[in-house]
Amino acid sequence: MLPGRKDLLGIQELSAEDIYEILDLAAEMKEKVLSGDKKTYHLQGKSVVTLFYENSTRTRLSFELASKYMSSSSANITASGSSVQKGETLIDTGKTIDSMGTDVIIIRHSAAGAPHLLAKNVKASVVNAGDGMNEHPTQALLDMLTIRENLGGFEGLKVAIVGDITHSRVARSDAFALTKLGASVFIAGPETLIPRGFENAGNVTICKSVEEAVIDADVIVNLRIQLERQKSALFPTIHEYSEFYGMDQKRLSLAKPGALIMHPGPVNRGVELTSCVADSEQSYITRQVTNGVAVRMAVLYLLCREA
Amino acid sequence: MDKIIKNGHVIDKKNALDAKLDILISDGMIVKIGENIEKEGAEIIDAEGMYVSAGLIDMHVHLREPGYEYKEDIESGTAAAAAGGFTAVCPMPNTNPVCDNAVTVRYIKEREREAAHCRVFPIGAVTKGLKGEELAEIGEMKKEGIVAISDDGRPVSNGSVMRRAMQYADGFDLQVISHCEDLSLLDGGQMNDSVTATLMGLRPIVPAVEEAMVARDILIAEHEGKKIHIAHVSTKNSVDLVRQAKKRGVKVTCETAPHYFVLTDKAVEGFDTNAKMNPPLRDESDREAIIEGLCDGTIDCIITDHAPHHIDEKRVEFEKALNGIVGLETSLGLSITYLVKSGRMTLGEMLEKMTYNPSHILNLDLGEIAVGKIADLTIFDPDEEWVVDVNKFHSKSKNSPFDGFKLQGKAHKTLIGGEIIYNG
Repeated sequence: MLPGRKDLLGIQELSAEDIYEILDLAAEMKEKVLSGDKKTYHLQGKSVVTLFYENSTRTRLSFELASKYMSSSSANITASGSSVQKGETLIDTGKTIDSMGTDVIIIRHSAAGAPHLLAKNVKASVVNAGDGMNEHPTQALLDMLTIRENLGGFEGLKVAIVGDITHSRVARSDAFALTKLGASVFIAGPETLIPRGFENAGNVTICKSVEEAVIDADVIVNLRIQLERQKSALFPTIHEYSEFYGMDQKRLSLAKPGALIMHPGPVNRGVELTSCVADSEQSYITRQVTNGVAVRMAVLYLLCREA
Repeated sequence: MDKIIKNGHVIDKKNALDAKLDILISDGMIVKIGENIEKEGAEIIDAEGMYVSAGLIDMHVHLREPGYEYKEDIESGTAAAAAGGFTAVCPMPNTNPVCDNAVTVRYIKEREREAAHCRVFPIGAVTKGLKGEELAEIGEMKKEGIVAISDDGRPVSNGSVMRRAMQYADGFDLQVISHCEDLSLLDGGQMNDSVTATLMGLRPIVPAVEEAMVARDILIAEHEGKKIHIAHVSTKNSVDLVRQAKKRGVKVTCETAPHYFVLTDKAVEGFDTNAKMNPPLRDESDREAIIEGLCDGTIDCIITDHAPHHIDEKRVEFEKALNGIVGLETSLGLSITYLVKSGRMTLGEMLEKMTYNPSHILNLDLGEIAVGKIADLTIFDPDEEWVVDVNKFHSKSKNSPFDGFKLQGKAHKTLIGGEIIYNG
């Protein structure tokens, strides 16, 4: 994959071919993950460091397990327990990690573009595990794997993405990936949370209501709403948010029968999704998590192989 | 000692000069302008193939001294100015300590005498500590040599304070320069509200952040009958607001910087922190509106907003990077290339915005080529092609988005009071 590519910084820079290559390998990796013996030797002799400037449970654990299943040496750094708190710059931190012979640095950062800055300044491969409101490429890849596994492909699919688009790196990466793979994206959410010109993210239609977005949808991606956003006048109350933008049985019934319900997690039950929907047969939320490990194994292997 | 600048093409729109002429300088003053001037014993400065303009004036720079000498100081900043063809610069007061008092103004004037390569006319703060609350000692600062007041870098958010500042400054014949930015609308914005911002996940700055305060200050100035100068205009609607106000007779003037008529917000792509400034780079329709505003006279001055920053302040995450770019050594070339060579205005019209207009707004009595005026002059070749190389800058800082740009037009000699202070 990614011929000549050192880093995975965003979906924007990938071709459909690149994405398919990752998904194909991820499907193989998934079989390994689901088998009794998870151990592979794809990353034997390689070292992987996660560098997280923001809190994360599932993404970090997912990368960590992915690298461990493949026999790499791995280590974790969080901003709160490191020299970052002593005022070290991102580039200096990166060079320090680089100097220890690290092959891959996985970074999550609150600033858009932080992985790009790091990538320019280290020899190691850099994987973006979420940068501000910009991108979260491995989340999009695991979403794509989940969709392909269950619907067979992407051509002609209608995918609704509902919620806080403005602050969502998942919405951006998903929209870029779905467009490249031939699906159409329908966006709905409070107008305050839909950024200017988002239709330029690809084959994207902005809808006036959730109903309009989910009618006949094959997939519905519900985004996490940060509860504190009501303090910035972005929406009035959680109650009103869930009434107009939450996913319940009634709205779900507008979608195609068996439509996939997805969510990048963690879910605010009763806000983005009713528990009834979150726990339904149509909910693929836990399967997304499993696919997350497989996709990250594929990405790590492909980058290390390229190096 | 007498000097004659021979064989240069003298250009000064204000005095209707646009021909090959000689200039006789005596005791630092222009004493004669004409063809084939001869004077025994006079030193000859040959300007064959060159243009001779009144010395360029930049009424909006940051020289960083006192307090931030690691970015720039009065010596290095004025060296950059002289190399860029400037004979006078007006540093903004956001130094450390803030230039909000007579002592700091006196210090800057002392450093000008000791170390400067061109004239330095300090701008004092409107409010103490740039806090936007109480007026600074404007009269005391005027006695020491300030030529205007501004809280540049920050807005005067409180409208009443701005109104009082316009009234009070008028009593001292000082121009108020307004940095227009409605912070309540800024909302953590990092770049112009645009598709580029959306696709990069950078928080947007809506144009109304600037325009709302442009409108406010125009309306205050109009009601009070006072002068106001709007700093670094960057949007179409700001240009329109000033244009309409001028038609109504409001005493409003304004300025823009080359980056607003050369670049758009697309320059931020790839998270280039050298394209991060305040106000931010705007879109193509704004860029075009800025050029139209320059052409029809709505925009009076071209300034640089020369804002040196250390590489460590730019080689960081985009949202952590400080705002601003250096501009003194690229301004003339960018203006000639993007305004004159592109056919949008004449060389004389462009130069007026870098000479007579700022001088007139600030009452400097400079910026003209006329008998009896001080011989501050810039000798330049408007056709010379060159490539911007930030490593050759005289400025201590290299934060320019124009590195590698091919430009036309370069200063060769800069004279202050008839003395050559830059010879490139």
